[in-house]
Amino acid sequence: MMADNGRLPSDTVTLSIDGQDVTVPKGTSLLEAAASMGTVLPHYCWHPGLSAPAQCRICLVEVEGAPKLQPSCVTTAQDGQVVRTDSAEALKMREGVLEFYLVNHPLDCPICDMSGECKLQDYVFAEGREKGRGREPKRVFGRDDFGGDVLYYGDRCVMCTRCVRFMDEVARDSRLTVVERGSRAVIDTFFAEGLEGASFAGNVVDICPVGALVSKDFLHKARAWDLDHAPSVCPECSQGCNVELHVRDNLVQRLKPRENPEVNGHWMCDYGRARYEWMNQGGRLAAPAAGRSKDRRPAAWDEALEMLLAKLRTVGGADVKVVGSAGSSCEALAALAAVAEAAGSVSARVFRSRRAATEDVLPGFPLLARRRDLSPNAGGARALAFSRVGADDGTGGLDEVSAHEGVVLVMDDELADQDEAFGAAASLFVYLGTREPPTAAANADFVLPLAAFAEQEGAFVNVHGRVQRFWPGLRTPGESRPAWLVLGALLAALEGGDAAPDSCAQAFAEIVAARHEAFAGLSYDGLGTQGAMLASGASSPAGKTAVGAANGADPA
Amino acid sequence: MAYPYRHDREVRVLSDGFGDPAARTVGGWRARGGYEGLARALEMGRTAVVEAVKASGLRGRGGAGFPTGVKWSFMPSRTSGRPHYLLCNADESEPGTFKDREIIRWTPHQLIEGCLIGAYAIGAEHCYIYLRGEFFEATRVLAKALEEAYAEGLAGKDVLGSGTDIDVTLHVGAGAYICGEETGLMNSLEGRRGEPRIKPPFPAAAGAFGMPTTINNVETLAAVPHIVRHGGEWYRQWGTEKSPGTKLFCVSGHVSLPGNYELPLGFPMMDLIDDVCGGVRDGKALKAVIPGGSSVPIMSAEDCESCTLCYEGVEAVGSMLGCASVIVMDESADIVKQTRRMADFYAHESCGQCTPCREGTAWASRILRRIEEGRGKEEDLDTLLEISEQMTGTTICVLSDSLAAPIVSSIEKFRDEYLALVRRGERVGAA
Repeated sequence: MMADNGRLPSDTVTLSIDGQDVTVPKGTSLLEAAASMGTVLPHYCWHPGLSAPAQCRICLVEVEGAPKLQPSCVTTAQDGQVVRTDSAEALKMREGVLEFYLVNHPLDCPICDMSGECKLQDYVFAEGREKGRGREPKRVFGRDDFGGDVLYYGDRCVMCTRCVRFMDEVARDSRLTVVERGSRAVIDTFFAEGLEGASFAGNVVDICPVGALVSKDFLHKARAWDLDHAPSVCPECSQGCNVELHVRDNLVQRLKPRENPEVNGHWMCDYGRARYEWMNQGGRLAAPAAGRSKDRRPAAWDEALEMLLAKLRTVGGADVKVVGSAGSSCEALAALAAVAEAAGSVSARVFRSRRAATEDVLPGFPLLARRRDLSPNAGGARALAFSRVGADDGTGGLDEVSAHEGVVLVMDDELADQDEAFGAAASLFVYLGTREPPTAAANADFVLPLAAFAEQEGAFVNVHGRVQRFWPGLRTPGESRPAWLVLGALLAALEGGDAAPDSCAQAFAEIVAARHEAFAGLSYDGLGTQGAMLASGASSPAGKTAVGAANGADPA
Repeated sequence: MAYPYRHDREVRVLSDGFGDPAARTVGGWRARGGYEGLARALEMGRTAVVEAVKASGLRGRGGAGFPTGVKWSFMPSRTSGRPHYLLCNADESEPGTFKDREIIRWTPHQLIEGCLIGAYAIGAEHCYIYLRGEFFEATRVLAKALEEAYAEGLAGKDVLGSGTDIDVTLHVGAGAYICGEETGLMNSLEGRRGEPRIKPPFPAAAGAFGMPTTINNVETLAAVPHIVRHGGEWYRQWGTEKSPGTKLFCVSGHVSLPGNYELPLGFPMMDLIDDVCGGVRDGKALKAVIPGGSSVPIMSAEDCESCTLCYEGVEAVGSMLGCASVIVMDESADIVKQTRRMADFYAHESCGQCTPCREGTAWASRILRRIEEGRGKEEDLDTLLEISEQMTGTTICVLSDSLAAPIVSSIEKFRDEYLALVRRGERVGAA
């Protein structure tokens, strides 16, 4: 007989927590069982991605028949068990443990970066004593530079050892340890270099439940409650780690990993974490413009698109060469490709991207690595039949496009290595981007300002063929617009079909999924926050190259 | 009278060789009947050895008093191919305790023989003796004795021609109280921080190096050769029904003749103090006794009157026999200071894993220090009692419980002394 949830009855246990029956898979801890019914017990040392040493003693619960309170993080749920998380005894002991935490804690919340997202604050507010009884002077450790981006405030530390265990178990690079013992115990590094040069050390800041480990980069930049969190995907390599953009005053202040067991677990690498400043850069294209070099003048969007449309119609059937970008969303790339196909016959459909010499794998969670491919959507570009050209530093490969006499469309490639001759011979040269290229757009007939990565939504395809959505965290400056909106409008007008898409979801459905076999069957909403895989066994060459990319092969 | 002090009422089973330099050598130990127990054990077979120890009723001498034979029977049978280990806990560091050191100093072969029999009984091919780091003389003596035992074919390959291999390794700790806790000891032995482990898994399932392990105290293992040689019933001629046999009592503090005395369990406390130890020093009045090492509740002089020194006898007066380290305090003792001194010890020795212990022991010691210095308040006593409750049963091991017991019992039994300090700044007893 199968149980309702499709598991064999013996796979689960049913127990009572706070008078409520709950059925969980065998082997589930009481802490997780309680969480499954919405009761989140306080915990410091327990972390879903690490071992459980049961040493913080803050998750104690009453288990009927046990002589004393049990740490719920290492007590396995048993059939018929009766557990009370809220009994007078459990609450009293947890209150007592919280008081112990405050004996030496400096309570410097007003100047602590963790304030507002600190688990010591949260738990003490929820379950702590109204007034502390500590009258003794507190011990003082001061702060310690752990190297890399990590700063340690020993006085705030709750000694949960998550950081030590992360380095031991996940990074497999034992650089942190507990030194001394008793209330003199403190986290320290083994050698002078500390965390300097470690590739994943930033995660210890994320998992620190209090303000003991903080980021030097973020130090005193913003209060937690002033930050807006936008779910996103790290754009620094093809791994596609799920992240959050933490934004204040329309500036990205930091990146934090967002859990996705299929991609990055709870973690992200320091390489991606450190590279967000470009999202805040000024010097953006402010408004559409038309005309080559000295003749160029600003134009309203309507006017610019009208003129561009007219031009595209006059060059009908022309030879079109398209330069896309592995940093653009699938919606943007698909719209660009569709416009090119509507305008003429496409003879080149390329992108350039940077590749690193090696991968940087997280040994304890080998699904996650900083991949060789340093762009977020090379998988999407390939699945949309773009091919990679140029060198591993993202330059070169555009000689044919540069000298092309037909139509040239360039999107999100800043053409930094190209000179003013680029596109000189083109019958129509359209440049779409966020920033004006230094010289290479001189011959562009149209320069159209696009919304940048952090300002728009869309989907990327990661190294494993996983299609993942990202959301906007920043407002778009000036008259910049998302590429799918601009190109979608052009496409609708060129094809004379349905109205232009007015949402990214519609663009995904009509321009991506409906036209590309690899994306068939995927819906934008269905991607959710965790993404979905490209159609398996997609027979298009694009699908094959996507798989090739996953294997680290470089078709270029 | 020269050390070691002797008394007619002693029953010298374990301590017979104390003071005799010849007993330290393998020849001298054999002349005393040593290693006969080992030979006998190898003839009897494993099961019979375990049964004999069960029949003797020998209880673990490290403090908890768990029946040794029963503990041995928890070991899985040797069918799995996984190695078994015997650990001998010689990290004697409970304040007031100095019995294991004397066993090792004077009769190292007694311990080695016990280790070999114990290892044989549980099917272990390797025994580690974890010796306290500060025991320099004992280390030297034991190492020499171990070399002798190997040279004589008593340890190592083919013990006494029986075909059984039993290695004995001496491992010297680095001086941490917590490494005397059995799982802390295992971590330390493995080269990790000396931090107690969560149980389960229990050592018999996954102990040292993750393998089935039994851990016994020095005095426990030292008693085993005698039991095997003479039989379980022989051992039961001393002691009580629930606490059979003899026990070394380490008496320290304000008595005329402090020292180690081997007495049958169930011996009256006042006889130990007044008769065996020559009475309280300088004819002063008895004030308090800590009967089992620093981590058991303190007893008032009144409690001592009716107390007999066996596991159940000391429990009956609200304390514990522990490892029978009797600390005697006369009327000049300052209870607050003594309690604070203990709190300092536990605060210093807490491994720092569990919050109630890491923070609680240090906090308690600071509150006690303030009271001792005359800056305490009456509500500090309530705080101390409440902290003690929060330190009891909330941690992985019992180190914080071990401080809570003396704090709670000293406040309960000597509240007047605390109150005299916090109310009037008066100290009772000498500084």
